[in-house]
Amino acid sequence: MIHKFKMHGSNIVLDVNSGAVHMVDDIAYDILDHMDNSDEEIVNGLSGKYSRSEVMETLAELKQLKAEGQLFSEDFMEEYLAEHGPLSHSQPIVKALCLHIAHDCNLRCRYCFASTGDFGTQRTLMTAETGKRAIDFLIERSGTRRNLEVDFFGGEPLLNFEAVKEIVLYALERQKVSNKNFRFTITTNAVLLNEDHKKFINEYMDNVVLSIDGRPEVNDRMRFRADGRGTYEDILPKIMDMAESREQDNYYVRGTFTRENLDFSKDVLHLADLGFKQVSVEPVVAAKDTGYDLREEDLPGLFREYEELVYEYVKRHRESDGFNFFHFMLDLEQGPCLIKKLKGCGSGHEYLAVTPEGDLYPCHQFVGMEGFKMGNVNHGTDISVSISEMFEKQNIYTKPDCKKCWAKFFCSGGCAANAWQFNNCLDKPYEIGCELERKRVECALWAKAVEACE
Amino acid sequence: MKHIKTINAPAAKKDLKNSGCGECQTSCQSACKTSCTVANQKCEKR
Ligand code: SF4
Ligand code: SF4
Repeated sequence: MIHKFKMHGSNIVLDVNSGAVHMVDDIAYDILDHMDNSDEEIVNGLSGKYSRSEVMETLAELKQLKAEGQLFSEDFMEEYLAEHGPLSHSQPIVKALCLHIAHDCNLRCRYCFASTGDFGTQRTLMTAETGKRAIDFLIERSGTRRNLEVDFFGGEPLLNFEAVKEIVLYALERQKVSNKNFRFTITTNAVLLNEDHKKFINEYMDNVVLSIDGRPEVNDRMRFRADGRGTYEDILPKIMDMAESREQDNYYVRGTFTRENLDFSKDVLHLADLGFKQVSVEPVVAAKDTGYDLREEDLPGLFREYEELVYEYVKRHRESDGFNFFHFMLDLEQGPCLIKKLKGCGSGHEYLAVTPEGDLYPCHQFVGMEGFKMGNVNHGTDISVSISEMFEKQNIYTKPDCKKCWAKFFCSGGCAANAWQFNNCLDKPYEIGCELERKRVECALWAKAVEACE
Repeated sequence: MKHIKTINAPAAKKDLKNSGCGECQTSCQSACKTSCTVANQKCEKR
Protein backbone atom coordinates (compact mmCIF):
# COMPACT_ATOMS: atom_id res chain seq x y z
CA MET A 1 0.00 0.00 0.00
CA ILE A 2 1.21 3.48 -0.77
CA HIS A 3 -0.21 6.91 -0.04
CA LYS A 4 0.62 9.88 -2.18
CA PHE A 5 -0.39 13.50 -1.87
CA LYS A 6 0.50 16.97 -3.02
CA MET A 7 1.21 19.79 -0.65
CA HIS A 8 2.64 23.26 -1.21
CA GLY A 9 4.00 22.26 -4.59
CA SER A 10 5.64 19.01 -3.47
CA ASN A 11 4.63 15.45 -4.32
CA ILE A 12 5.10 13.09 -1.40
CA VAL A 13 4.81 9.31 -1.43
CA LEU A 14 4.65 7.16 1.66
CA ASP A 15 5.22 3.44 1.42
CA VAL A 16 2.92 2.38 4.20
CA ASN A 17 4.42 -0.93 5.30
CA SER A 18 8.11 -0.09 5.12
CA GLY A 19 7.63 3.49 6.27
CA ALA A 20 9.78 4.82 3.43
CA VAL A 21 9.03 8.40 2.37
CA HIS A 22 9.86 9.80 -1.05
CA MET A 23 9.58 13.14 -2.76
CA VAL A 24 8.82 12.61 -6.45
CA ASP A 25 8.39 14.70 -9.59
CA ASP A 26 5.11 14.99 -11.49
CA ILE A 27 5.81 12.20 -13.91
CA ALA A 28 6.62 9.69 -11.17
CA TYR A 29 3.56 10.89 -9.28
CA ASP A 30 1.36 10.21 -12.29
CA ILE A 31 2.90 6.84 -13.10
CA LEU A 32 2.25 5.62 -9.56
CA ASP A 33 -1.46 5.50 -10.38
CA HIS A 34 -0.83 2.90 -13.06
CA MET A 35 1.78 0.58 -11.61
CA ASP A 36 -0.46 -2.44 -12.08
CA ASN A 37 -0.45 -1.96 -15.85
CA SER A 38 2.13 -3.16 -18.33
CA ASP A 39 4.94 -0.80 -19.37
CA GLU A 40 3.35 -0.33 -22.78
CA GLU A 41 -0.01 0.55 -21.29
CA ILE A 42 1.62 3.09 -19.02
CA VAL A 43 3.56 4.69 -21.87
CA ASN A 44 0.45 4.87 -24.02
CA GLY A 45 -1.75 6.07 -21.24
CA LEU A 46 0.53 9.00 -20.47
CA SER A 47 1.60 9.70 -24.04
CA GLY A 48 -0.27 12.99 -24.20
CA LYS A 49 1.73 14.26 -21.24
CA TYR A 50 5.18 12.65 -21.28
CA SER A 51 7.50 11.13 -23.86
CA ARG A 52 8.21 7.40 -24.00
CA SER A 53 11.80 7.82 -22.85
CA GLU A 54 10.78 9.95 -19.87
CA VAL A 55 8.19 7.42 -18.80
CA MET A 56 10.53 4.46 -19.21
CA GLU A 57 13.30 6.18 -17.28
CA THR A 58 11.00 7.03 -14.38
CA LEU A 59 9.42 3.63 -14.40
CA ALA A 60 12.85 2.05 -14.02
CA GLU A 61 13.49 4.13 -10.92
CA LEU A 62 10.13 3.22 -9.41
CA LYS A 63 10.73 -0.45 -10.11
CA GLN A 64 14.11 -0.28 -8.45
CA LEU A 65 12.55 1.14 -5.28
CA LYS A 66 9.93 -1.54 -5.39
CA ALA A 67 12.60 -4.21 -5.65
CA GLU A 68 14.38 -2.65 -2.70
CA GLY A 69 11.22 -2.86 -0.61
CA GLN A 70 10.62 0.87 -0.47
CA LEU A 71 7.51 1.03 -2.58
CA PHE A 72 4.53 -1.31 -2.48
CA SER A 73 6.28 -3.35 0.20
CA GLU A 74 4.63 -6.36 1.76
CA ASP A 75 2.49 -6.20 4.83
CA PHE A 76 4.43 -8.52 7.12
CA MET A 77 2.38 -7.62 10.22
CA GLU A 78 -0.65 -9.51 9.14
CA GLU A 79 1.38 -12.69 8.91
CA TYR A 80 3.05 -11.98 12.21
CA LEU A 81 -0.26 -11.52 13.98
CA ALA A 82 -1.65 -14.70 12.48
CA GLU A 83 1.36 -16.56 13.86
CA HIS A 84 1.44 -14.99 17.28
CA GLY A 85 -2.24 -14.63 17.98
CA PRO A 86 -3.73 -11.72 19.85
CA LEU A 87 -1.26 -9.49 21.64
CA SER A 88 -2.79 -9.72 25.07
CA HIS A 89 -1.91 -10.88 28.54
CA SER A 90 -4.19 -12.96 30.73
CA GLN A 91 -3.53 -10.47 33.51
CA PRO A 92 -2.86 -7.05 32.06
CA ILE A 93 0.30 -5.21 33.04
CA VAL A 94 -0.49 -1.69 34.16
CA LYS A 95 2.23 0.89 33.75
CA ALA A 96 0.51 4.25 33.87
CA LEU A 97 -2.23 5.83 35.94
CA CYS A 98 -4.14 9.03 35.55
CA LEU A 99 -5.07 10.15 39.04
CA HIS A 100 -8.18 12.28 39.17
CA ILE A 101 -6.92 14.04 42.19
CA ALA A 102 -9.81 16.50 42.29
CA HIS A 103 -13.23 16.09 40.80
CA ASP A 104 -13.72 19.75 41.30
CA CYS A 105 -12.72 22.75 39.30
CA ASN A 106 -12.47 26.49 39.67
CA LEU A 107 -13.43 26.94 36.02
CA ARG A 108 -16.50 26.09 33.99
CA CYS A 109 -14.95 25.48 30.59
CA ARG A 110 -17.72 24.77 28.14
CA TYR A 111 -16.08 21.85 26.39
CA CYS A 112 -14.74 20.09 29.45
CA PHE A 113 -15.50 16.39 29.33
CA ALA A 114 -15.66 16.68 33.07
CA SER A 115 -18.79 18.84 32.61
CA THR A 116 -18.35 21.35 35.37
CA GLY A 117 -15.30 19.81 36.91
CA ASP A 118 -17.26 17.22 38.81
CA PHE A 119 -17.44 14.50 36.15
CA GLY A 120 -21.18 14.29 36.35
CA THR A 121 -21.03 12.94 39.89
CA GLN A 122 -20.32 15.14 42.84
CA ARG A 123 -17.40 17.36 43.75
CA THR A 124 -14.80 15.30 45.54
CA LEU A 125 -11.10 15.32 46.30
CA MET A 126 -8.91 12.25 46.36
CA THR A 127 -7.41 11.61 49.77
CA ALA A 128 -3.68 11.06 50.02
CA GLU A 129 -4.51 7.61 51.36
CA THR A 130 -6.39 6.60 48.21
CA GLY A 131 -3.57 8.07 46.12
CA LYS A 132 -1.07 5.93 47.97
CA ARG A 133 -3.17 2.83 47.39
CA ALA A 134 -3.12 3.72 43.69
CA ILE A 135 0.68 3.82 43.84
CA ASP A 136 0.72 0.43 45.56
CA PHE A 137 -1.66 -0.88 42.93
CA LEU A 138 0.60 0.36 40.14
CA ILE A 139 3.74 -1.14 41.64
CA GLU A 140 2.00 -4.43 42.14
CA ARG A 141 0.33 -4.62 38.73
CA SER A 142 3.33 -3.50 36.72
CA GLY A 143 5.20 -6.79 36.86
CA THR A 144 8.72 -6.37 35.57
CA ARG A 145 8.09 -2.97 34.01
CA ARG A 146 10.45 -0.44 35.51
CA ASN A 147 9.22 2.89 34.15
CA LEU A 148 5.89 3.86 35.65
CA GLU A 149 3.91 7.01 35.03
CA VAL A 150 1.49 8.94 37.11
CA ASP A 151 -0.40 11.94 35.81
CA PHE A 152 -2.16 14.25 38.22
CA PHE A 153 -5.33 15.26 36.53
CA GLY A 154 -8.72 16.59 37.47
CA GLY A 155 -10.84 18.58 37.57
CA GLU A 156 -8.12 20.90 38.68
CA PRO A 157 -5.29 19.22 40.58
CA LEU A 158 -4.09 22.42 42.24
CA LEU A 159 -7.29 22.31 44.32
CA ASN A 160 -5.78 19.31 46.07
CA PHE A 161 -2.08 19.96 45.86
CA GLU A 162 -1.20 18.80 49.35
CA ALA A 163 -2.37 15.32 48.38
CA VAL A 164 -0.34 15.53 45.17
CA LYS A 165 2.79 16.24 47.19
CA GLU A 166 2.15 13.45 49.63
CA ILE A 167 1.50 10.91 46.89
CA VAL A 168 4.63 11.88 44.94
CA LEU A 169 6.85 11.59 47.99
CA TYR A 170 5.27 8.27 48.89
CA ALA A 171 5.88 6.90 45.39
CA LEU A 172 9.51 8.00 45.51
CA GLU A 173 9.92 6.33 48.86
CA ARG A 174 8.49 3.09 47.49
CA GLN A 175 10.48 3.30 44.28
CA LYS A 176 13.69 2.91 46.26
CA VAL A 177 12.78 -0.58 47.40
CA SER A 178 10.77 -1.76 44.43
CA ASN A 179 13.18 -1.13 41.56
CA LYS A 180 10.75 1.16 39.79
CA ASN A 181 11.26 4.51 38.18
CA PHE A 182 8.33 6.89 38.56
CA ARG A 183 7.68 9.75 36.20
CA PHE A 184 5.14 12.35 37.16
CA THR A 185 3.15 14.80 35.13
CA ILE A 186 0.46 17.29 36.01
CA THR A 187 -2.24 18.98 33.95
CA THR A 188 -3.48 22.34 35.23
CA ASN A 189 -5.49 25.37 34.20
CA ALA A 190 -2.88 27.50 36.01
CA VAL A 191 -5.39 29.78 37.71
CA LEU A 192 -4.07 28.98 41.18
CA LEU A 193 -0.48 28.36 40.17
CA ASN A 194 1.90 29.91 42.70
CA GLU A 195 5.59 29.81 43.62
CA ASP A 196 5.09 26.90 45.94
CA HIS A 197 3.45 24.77 43.24
CA LYS A 198 6.05 25.82 40.72
CA LYS A 199 8.90 24.81 42.94
CA PHE A 200 7.44 21.39 43.66
CA ILE A 201 6.43 20.77 40.06
CA ASN A 202 9.85 21.73 38.75
CA GLU A 203 11.56 19.54 41.26
CA TYR A 204 9.45 16.42 40.76
CA MET A 205 7.43 16.49 37.55
CA ASP A 206 8.76 15.34 34.21
CA ASN A 207 6.10 17.21 32.32
CA VAL A 208 3.50 19.83 33.01
CA VAL A 209 0.55 20.48 30.74
CA LEU A 210 -0.75 24.05 30.96
CA SER A 211 -4.18 24.71 29.51
CA ILE A 212 -4.69 27.80 27.37
CA ASP A 213 -6.54 27.93 24.07
CA GLY A 214 -4.77 30.72 22.21
CA ARG A 215 -6.00 34.22 21.45
CA PRO A 216 -7.60 36.00 24.42
CA GLU A 217 -11.11 36.10 22.99
CA VAL A 218 -10.93 32.45 21.96
CA ASN A 219 -9.64 31.37 25.34
CA ASP A 220 -12.16 33.37 27.30
CA ARG A 221 -15.11 32.25 25.23
CA MET A 222 -14.56 28.69 26.41
CA ARG A 223 -12.45 28.94 29.53
CA PHE A 224 -14.09 31.02 32.23
CA ARG A 225 -14.85 31.03 35.92
CA ALA A 226 -18.14 30.19 37.61
CA ASP A 227 -19.02 33.90 37.50
CA GLY A 228 -18.30 34.08 33.79
CA ARG A 229 -15.02 35.98 33.96
CA GLY A 230 -12.41 34.82 31.44
CA THR A 231 -9.01 33.54 32.48
CA TYR A 232 -6.55 34.62 29.80
CA GLU A 233 -5.26 37.69 31.53
CA ASP A 234 -4.59 35.93 34.82
CA ILE A 235 -3.13 32.70 33.57
CA LEU A 236 -0.88 33.99 30.82
CA PRO A 237 1.87 35.47 33.04
CA LYS A 238 1.81 32.36 35.23
CA ILE A 239 2.05 30.01 32.30
CA MET A 240 4.84 32.05 30.74
CA ASP A 241 6.75 32.05 33.96
CA MET A 242 6.30 28.31 34.36
CA ALA A 243 7.52 27.64 30.82
CA GLU A 244 10.55 29.87 31.31
CA SER A 245 11.38 28.26 34.63
CA ARG A 246 11.58 24.94 32.78
CA GLU A 247 13.78 26.49 30.11
CA GLN A 248 11.03 26.09 27.50
CA ASP A 249 11.23 22.32 27.69
CA ASN A 250 9.35 19.45 29.30
CA TYR A 251 6.03 21.23 29.34
CA TYR A 252 3.18 21.84 26.92
CA VAL A 253 0.78 24.66 26.49
CA ARG A 254 -2.34 22.79 25.54
CA GLY A 255 -5.31 24.28 23.79
CA THR A 256 -8.52 22.92 22.36
CA PHE A 257 -10.19 24.14 19.21
CA THR A 258 -13.86 23.83 18.46
CA ARG A 259 -16.32 24.88 15.82
CA GLU A 260 -16.10 28.37 17.28
CA ASN A 261 -12.47 28.86 16.28
CA LEU A 262 -12.10 26.95 13.07
CA ASP A 263 -9.21 29.30 12.27
CA PHE A 264 -7.23 27.65 15.04
CA SER A 265 -3.89 28.05 13.27
CA LYS A 266 -4.04 31.64 14.49
CA ASP A 267 -4.27 30.37 18.04
CA VAL A 268 -1.29 28.09 17.61
CA LEU A 269 0.72 30.96 16.15
CA HIS A 270 -0.48 33.28 18.87
CA LEU A 271 0.99 30.91 21.45
CA ALA A 272 4.19 30.62 19.44
CA ASP A 273 4.39 34.41 19.13
CA LEU A 274 4.22 34.65 22.89
CA GLY A 275 7.41 32.63 23.00
CA PHE A 276 6.06 29.19 23.87
CA LYS A 277 8.20 26.46 22.36
CA GLN A 278 6.08 23.40 23.18
CA VAL A 279 2.57 23.72 21.82
CA SER A 280 -0.30 21.28 21.48
CA VAL A 281 -3.66 22.47 20.20
CA GLU A 282 -6.18 19.73 19.58
CA PRO A 283 -9.63 19.28 18.14
CA VAL A 284 -12.36 19.08 20.74
CA VAL A 285 -13.44 15.51 21.47
CA ALA A 286 -16.58 13.86 22.57
CA ALA A 287 -18.60 16.95 21.93
CA LYS A 288 -21.51 15.27 20.18
CA ASP A 289 -24.56 17.54 19.96
CA THR A 290 -22.99 20.47 21.78
CA GLY A 291 -23.12 22.97 18.96
CA TYR A 292 -19.35 23.49 18.95
CA ASP A 293 -18.52 19.93 17.83
CA LEU A 294 -16.57 19.64 14.59
CA ARG A 295 -18.59 18.50 11.60
CA GLU A 296 -17.99 16.98 8.25
CA GLU A 297 -18.54 20.30 6.50
CA ASP A 298 -15.81 21.93 8.58
CA LEU A 299 -13.15 19.56 7.31
CA PRO A 300 -12.00 21.34 4.14
CA GLY A 301 -11.41 24.52 6.13
CA LEU A 302 -9.62 22.65 8.88
CA PHE A 303 -7.39 20.90 6.35
CA ARG A 304 -6.41 24.29 4.96
CA GLU A 305 -5.65 25.49 8.47
CA TYR A 306 -3.28 22.58 9.08
CA GLU A 307 -1.59 23.12 5.74
CA GLU A 308 -1.08 26.80 6.37
CA LEU A 309 0.12 26.08 9.86
CA VAL A 310 2.73 23.58 8.76
CA TYR A 311 3.97 26.01 6.14
CA GLU A 312 4.55 28.67 8.75
CA TYR A 313 5.94 26.03 11.12
CA VAL A 314 8.65 25.01 8.70
CA LYS A 315 9.37 28.63 7.85
CA ARG A 316 9.92 29.50 11.49
CA HIS A 317 12.19 26.49 11.99
CA ARG A 318 14.18 27.58 9.00
CA GLU A 319 14.53 31.07 10.44
CA SER A 320 15.63 29.61 13.79
CA ASP A 321 12.45 30.83 15.38
CA GLY A 322 10.86 27.41 15.50
CA PHE A 323 8.54 25.82 18.02
CA ASN A 324 7.30 22.28 18.48
CA PHE A 325 3.73 21.48 17.58
CA PHE A 326 2.89 18.16 19.14
CA HIS A 327 1.21 16.62 16.15
CA PHE A 328 3.77 17.70 13.61
CA MET A 329 6.56 15.97 15.47
CA LEU A 330 7.16 12.70 13.68
CA ASP A 331 10.14 10.54 14.23
CA LEU A 332 10.57 8.77 10.91
CA GLU A 333 13.73 6.92 11.91
CA GLN A 334 13.34 6.00 15.50
CA GLY A 335 9.75 6.24 16.51
CA PRO A 336 8.31 3.69 18.85
CA CYS A 337 8.57 -0.03 18.21
CA LEU A 338 6.09 -1.90 16.07
CA ILE A 339 4.13 -3.37 18.92
CA LYS A 340 3.42 0.12 20.18
CA LYS A 341 2.43 1.24 16.71
CA LEU A 342 -0.02 -1.63 16.60
CA LYS A 343 -1.62 -0.95 19.92
CA GLY A 344 -1.61 2.75 20.57
CA CYS A 345 -2.65 4.37 23.80
CA GLY A 346 -2.99 1.32 26.02
CA SER A 347 -6.22 2.49 27.60
CA GLY A 348 -8.05 -0.18 29.56
CA HIS A 349 -5.04 -2.36 30.21
CA GLU A 350 -1.69 -0.53 30.38
CA TYR A 351 -3.12 2.81 31.24
CA LEU A 352 -5.99 3.31 33.68
CA ALA A 353 -7.64 6.23 35.41
CA VAL A 354 -8.44 6.42 39.11
CA THR A 355 -11.28 8.53 40.51
CA PRO A 356 -11.13 10.35 43.86
CA GLU A 357 -12.97 7.38 45.37
CA GLY A 358 -10.35 4.98 44.03
CA ASP A 359 -12.49 3.53 41.24
CA LEU A 360 -10.59 2.33 38.19
CA TYR A 361 -11.66 3.11 34.62
CA PRO A 362 -10.07 2.39 31.21
CA CYS A 363 -8.88 5.99 30.89
CA HIS A 364 -9.78 9.52 31.93
CA GLN A 365 -12.36 9.79 29.15
CA PHE A 366 -14.29 6.78 30.43
CA VAL A 367 -14.48 7.96 34.02
CA GLY A 368 -18.03 7.95 35.25
CA MET A 369 -19.36 5.48 32.69
CA GLU A 370 -20.66 2.91 35.13
CA GLY A 371 -20.34 -0.06 32.78
CA PHE A 372 -16.62 0.57 32.46
CA LYS A 373 -15.76 0.48 36.14
CA MET A 374 -12.90 -1.98 36.47
CA GLY A 375 -12.17 -2.14 40.19
CA ASN A 376 -11.12 0.00 43.11
CA VAL A 377 -7.60 0.55 44.42
CA ASN A 378 -8.88 0.53 47.99
CA HIS A 379 -10.19 -2.99 47.55
CA GLY A 380 -7.13 -4.85 46.34
CA THR A 381 -5.42 -5.10 42.99
CA ASP A 382 -7.95 -7.13 41.04
CA ILE A 383 -9.38 -5.60 37.92
CA SER A 384 -12.16 -6.67 35.64
CA VAL A 385 -10.48 -8.91 33.11
CA SER A 386 -13.49 -8.89 30.82
CA ILE A 387 -13.09 -5.13 30.40
CA SER A 388 -9.32 -5.13 30.11
CA GLU A 389 -9.49 -7.87 27.49
CA MET A 390 -11.95 -5.91 25.46
CA PHE A 391 -9.38 -3.12 25.21
CA GLU A 392 -6.25 -5.18 25.01
CA LYS A 393 -7.34 -7.27 22.08
CA GLN A 394 -7.77 -4.18 19.92
CA ASN A 395 -5.07 -3.21 17.49
CA ILE A 396 -4.87 -1.61 14.08
CA TYR A 397 -5.47 -4.96 12.43
CA THR A 398 -8.59 -5.76 14.39
CA LYS A 399 -10.28 -2.53 13.32
CA PRO A 400 -11.40 -2.76 9.70
CA ASP A 401 -11.07 0.99 9.07
CA CYS A 402 -7.56 1.10 10.50
CA LYS A 403 -6.38 -1.97 8.68
CA LYS A 404 -6.98 -0.29 5.36
CA CYS A 405 -5.83 3.15 6.50
CA TRP A 406 -2.52 4.43 5.18
CA ALA A 407 -1.80 6.36 8.39
CA LYS A 408 -2.14 3.39 10.72
CA PHE A 409 1.51 3.09 11.70
CA PHE A 410 1.62 6.74 12.69
CA CYS A 411 -1.76 6.94 14.34
CA SER A 412 -1.94 3.50 15.96
CA GLY A 413 -5.69 3.24 15.86
CA GLY A 414 -7.23 6.36 17.28
CA CYS A 415 -8.91 7.12 20.55
CA ALA A 416 -11.05 4.36 22.05
CA ALA A 417 -13.10 6.88 24.00
CA ASN A 418 -14.00 8.73 20.84
CA ALA A 419 -14.88 5.49 19.10
CA TRP A 420 -17.13 4.58 21.97
CA GLN A 421 -18.84 7.90 22.17
CA PHE A 422 -19.54 8.25 18.48
CA ASN A 423 -19.91 4.66 17.33
CA ASN A 424 -20.74 2.76 20.47
CA CYS A 425 -17.99 0.25 19.95
CA LEU A 426 -14.25 0.16 20.37
CA ASP A 427 -13.30 -1.05 16.94
CA LYS A 428 -14.78 1.65 14.78
CA PRO A 429 -12.80 4.87 15.05
CA TYR A 430 -14.36 8.32 15.05
CA GLU A 431 -14.43 9.39 11.42
CA ILE A 432 -13.80 13.13 11.82
CA GLY A 433 -10.94 12.41 14.19
CA CYS A 434 -9.46 10.12 11.52
CA GLU A 435 -9.78 12.73 8.80
CA LEU A 436 -7.95 15.26 10.95
CA GLU A 437 -5.33 12.75 12.02
CA ARG A 438 -4.55 11.83 8.42
CA LYS A 439 -4.21 15.48 7.48
CA ARG A 440 -1.85 16.09 10.40
CA VAL A 441 0.29 13.15 9.38
CA GLU A 442 0.44 14.45 5.81
CA CYS A 443 1.52 17.84 7.10
CA ALA A 444 4.15 16.29 9.33
CA LEU A 445 5.47 14.17 6.46
CA TRP A 446 5.64 17.23 4.25
CA ALA A 447 7.59 19.10 6.93
CA LYS A 448 10.04 16.23 7.23
CA ALA A 449 10.46 16.00 3.48
CA VAL A 450 11.08 19.70 3.09
CA GLU A 451 13.58 19.74 5.93
CA ALA A 452 15.40 16.77 4.45
CA CYS A 453 15.73 18.56 1.13
CA GLU A 454 17.36 21.63 2.60
CA MET B 1 17.79 8.98 -9.11
CA LYS B 2 16.45 11.74 -11.26
CA HIS B 3 12.75 11.59 -10.53
CA ILE B 4 12.67 10.45 -6.94
CA LYS B 5 14.35 11.66 -3.80
CA THR B 6 14.08 9.25 -0.92
CA ILE B 7 13.61 11.13 2.33
CA ASN B 8 13.69 8.20 4.61
CA ALA B 9 14.23 4.49 4.09
CA PRO B 10 13.90 2.50 7.29
CA ALA B 11 15.90 -0.71 7.61
CA ALA B 12 14.33 -3.41 5.51
CA LYS B 13 13.34 -5.92 8.15
CA LYS B 14 11.41 -4.60 11.09
CA ASP B 15 12.75 -5.90 14.34
CA LEU B 16 9.86 -7.57 16.04
CA LYS B 17 11.86 -9.53 18.54
CA ASN B 18 13.09 -6.39 20.23
CA SER B 19 9.66 -4.88 20.14
CA GLY B 20 7.13 -4.30 22.86
CA CYS B 21 9.19 -4.00 26.04
CA GLY B 22 6.62 -1.51 27.26
CA GLU B 23 9.04 0.80 29.05
CA CYS B 24 8.10 3.81 26.95
CA GLN B 25 5.76 6.64 27.79
CA THR B 26 2.02 6.13 27.50
CA SER B 27 0.95 8.30 24.60
CA CYS B 28 -2.07 9.94 26.15
CA GLN B 29 0.00 11.08 29.13
CA SER B 30 2.41 13.03 27.01
CA ALA B 31 0.73 16.19 25.90
CA CYS B 32 -2.76 16.03 24.74
CA LYS B 33 -4.93 13.58 26.64
CA THR B 34 -7.25 13.12 23.74
CA SER B 35 -5.51 11.54 20.85
CA CYS B 36 -2.94 8.95 20.29
CA THR B 37 -0.52 9.62 17.54
CA VAL B 38 2.36 7.46 18.57
CA ALA B 39 4.85 8.29 15.87
CA ASN B 40 6.32 11.10 17.93
CA GLN B 41 7.01 8.93 20.96
CA LYS B 42 10.48 7.88 21.87
CA CYS B 43 11.62 4.32 22.33
CA GLU B 44 13.38 3.80 25.66
CA LYS B 45 15.89 1.42 24.20
CA ARG B 46 17.51 3.91 21.88
S1 SF4 C 1 -6.65 7.55 11.26
FE1 SF4 C 1 -8.48 6.43 11.93
S2 SF4 C 1 -8.58 4.67 10.54
FE2 SF4 C 1 -6.50 5.50 10.42
S3 SF4 C 1 -5.34 4.32 11.94
FE3 SF4 C 1 -6.07 6.19 12.93
S4 SF4 C 1 -7.99 5.59 13.92
FE4 SF4 C 1 -7.51 4.03 12.39
S1 SF4 D 1 -8.89 6.10 24.75
FE1 SF4 D 1 -8.50 8.15 23.92
S2 SF4 D 1 -8.46 9.52 25.68
FE2 SF4 D 1 -8.30 7.42 26.45
S3 SF4 D 1 -6.09 7.05 26.64
FE3 SF4 D 1 -6.68 6.34 24.61
S4 SF4 D 1 -6.36 8.09 23.23
FE4 SF4 D 1 -6.36 8.85 25.34
